[in-house]
Amino acid sequence: MNRPFTTHTGVAAPLRGDNIDTDQIIPSREMKTVSKTGLSGGLFAGQRYTTGRTPNPDFVLNQPDYANATILIGGRNFGCGSSREHAVWALKEYGIRAVIAPSFGEIFHGNLISNGLLPIQLASTVIDQLPREVTIDLTAQTISGQRFEIDASAKRRLVEGLDAIAETLQSRVEIEEFLERDRIARPWVYERVKGCFT
Amino acid sequence: MARTLFDKIWDAHRVSTPKSGEASGEDLIAIDRVFLHERTGSVALESLMASRREPIDPTRVFCTMDHIVSTDEGRGRNDARTPGGEVFITATRAAAQKTGINLIDVDSADQGIVHVISPELGIAQPGLTLVCPDSHTCSQGALGAAAWGIGSTDAEHAMATGTLRLKRPPQMRIRVNGTLVDGITAKDLILHIIGTLGADGAKRCAVEFCGEAVEALGVEARLTLCNMAVEFAAFTAIIAPDETTFDYLEGRRFAPKADDWEAALAYWRTLISDADATFDFEHVFDAKEIGHMITWGTSPGQAGRLDGTADASDYMGLKAGEVIEGLPIGGAFIGSCTNARISDLRAAAKILRGRKVADAVTAICVPGSMAVRRDAEAEGIDQIFRDAGFEWGEAGCAFCFYAGGRTFAPGTRVVSSTNRNFEGRQGPNVRTHLASPAVVAASAVAGKIAAPGNLSP
Repeated sequence: MNRPFTTHTGVAAPLRGDNIDTDQIIPSREMKTVSKTGLSGGLFAGQRYTTGRTPNPDFVLNQPDYANATILIGGRNFGCGSSREHAVWALKEYGIRAVIAPSFGEIFHGNLISNGLLPIQLASTVIDQLPREVTIDLTAQTISGQRFEIDASAKRRLVEGLDAIAETLQSRVEIEEFLERDRIARPWVYERVKGCFT
Repeated sequence: MARTLFDKIWDAHRVSTPKSGEASGEDLIAIDRVFLHERTGSVALESLMASRREPIDPTRVFCTMDHIVSTDEGRGRNDARTPGGEVFITATRAAAQKTGINLIDVDSADQGIVHVISPELGIAQPGLTLVCPDSHTCSQGALGAAAWGIGSTDAEHAMATGTLRLKRPPQMRIRVNGTLVDGITAKDLILHIIGTLGADGAKRCAVEFCGEAVEALGVEARLTLCNMAVEFAAFTAIIAPDETTFDYLEGRRFAPKADDWEAALAYWRTLISDADATFDFEHVFDAKEIGHMITWGTSPGQAGRLDGTADASDYMGLKAGEVIEGLPIGGAFIGSCTNARISDLRAAAKILRGRKVADAVTAICVPGSMAVRRDAEAEGIDQIFRDAGFEWGEAGCAFCFYAGGRTFAPGTRVVSSTNRNFEGRQGPNVRTHLASPAVVAASAVAGKIAAPGNLSP
């Protein structure tokens, strides 16, 4: 169960450049435990700190205007690269609720929704006009008065904070029926191979 | 209605479509195989157990150890290459044993990088849906599977329910006509495609690669081609299975046997895009125009001909118009899910035989799987690498990405057979140039970026 997303008002911090990858959002060296938490300190570690953990004053989230940002603005293909969901877990733990970009890395986009964070896809020209503080109304699909599009199922999942697994398990009967048919159609897919990994 | 190859696989896996009145457009898609590794699979397994759920069919879930395992020769079964990384190995092992999934442990003879061992063992097959919490899962589309990378939560979903909920992605066809010039590889081809279309060029499509040049590739080269689809924002890539695919799979451990083989084969032969199928986007390339390729920037889209020039890049220490060929290097790496199969090592060994790596270059080869390593050793390839001055490792992802621990020194220019040239990917301030194994080998010997043909004998 995620925190339902209906409306949110917050500061939107702009990150410069296209193709910001998930290695940048959380470098692999910052993924220290088998956990979805304890990651926010490593968020953008490569740019956010100078030596050790000294904040880099040039990095947007370290600037007074954006210190309390709860929304990120990225460039094209934001979140491309590694599938690491740690990138989204780190953003979530840091307090980010929504990410705005002209386009997203596909896996990152899915990971945002899985964790109750809202991806908003907008043209760069529209993004450039957004004020520092924006108000998002997911139900109405507006951001500071501008309309945005979102897939209906993603919207429903975000608004309701649904656990997708629990939801899908409600289709258990349909899944079992499919498997029953498929075992006949494609028996080789279900053939077990014993004593494999020595 | 005419359907693409991807449509046919999708339709065969559709458990249900949205109920009428729902505007969603999402399908519930059956997932045939889930693959995991210790870096992102561990947390999926632990989360699954914490919510008191079980894999719907543990025999169709596979887990390897590849990302942060040590690749040093003689490694122990808990040795990580990254400080504190042991916990990912031990936690994955414990969770895999508890959930009863197939575990390919560090000390297994089958251990290796997920996208190398899955085809090698015959786990990836035409017509399957296969997912893994790893972005390079698109590699496995080379066998005609619908294979794509997902997050850990989706991996948990796929294990618990045997399905994923998603919209059918848009589709793109990339046709490569003609024949690749001798010595030009699938790596050059994919770098050329990404360099032309850009890092966002595949627009989240399922991309079907086809055409004479693609058909002429062996399965290992096709894996290289599909591997980098994610680097230009594809949902995944796929190649229609053909006799090359079937020959490759026959007899592999998880490939169908006896009557099943015949039934599978009959089905697999139907997995081609109909002649009049339509795609959302189409691109055509001419293979004979492609030369040795290399990246010069910090996005895989920043690729060009090795004999060409770079644009300005502060991180890479390059000025606009700088000539790429001849740039001095300090590191060479042959490995990763992109280019660490036996054919890749053979191509590099052909160049390294009787030659030495330049003094200033740290050169490392890490085979993609223990099976590749054994094959190479049986052919004497390891000795060629060692004699040339390459380190020879045990299988894993190794220097493809930095996770703490040993890597190249900051500022080092590295030619690498891997898939990502992101800032810091191979270590803080390490400058990565992506290229084919042959170019990596030639550059290691020359001590500077070099084409294989231009070495002195």
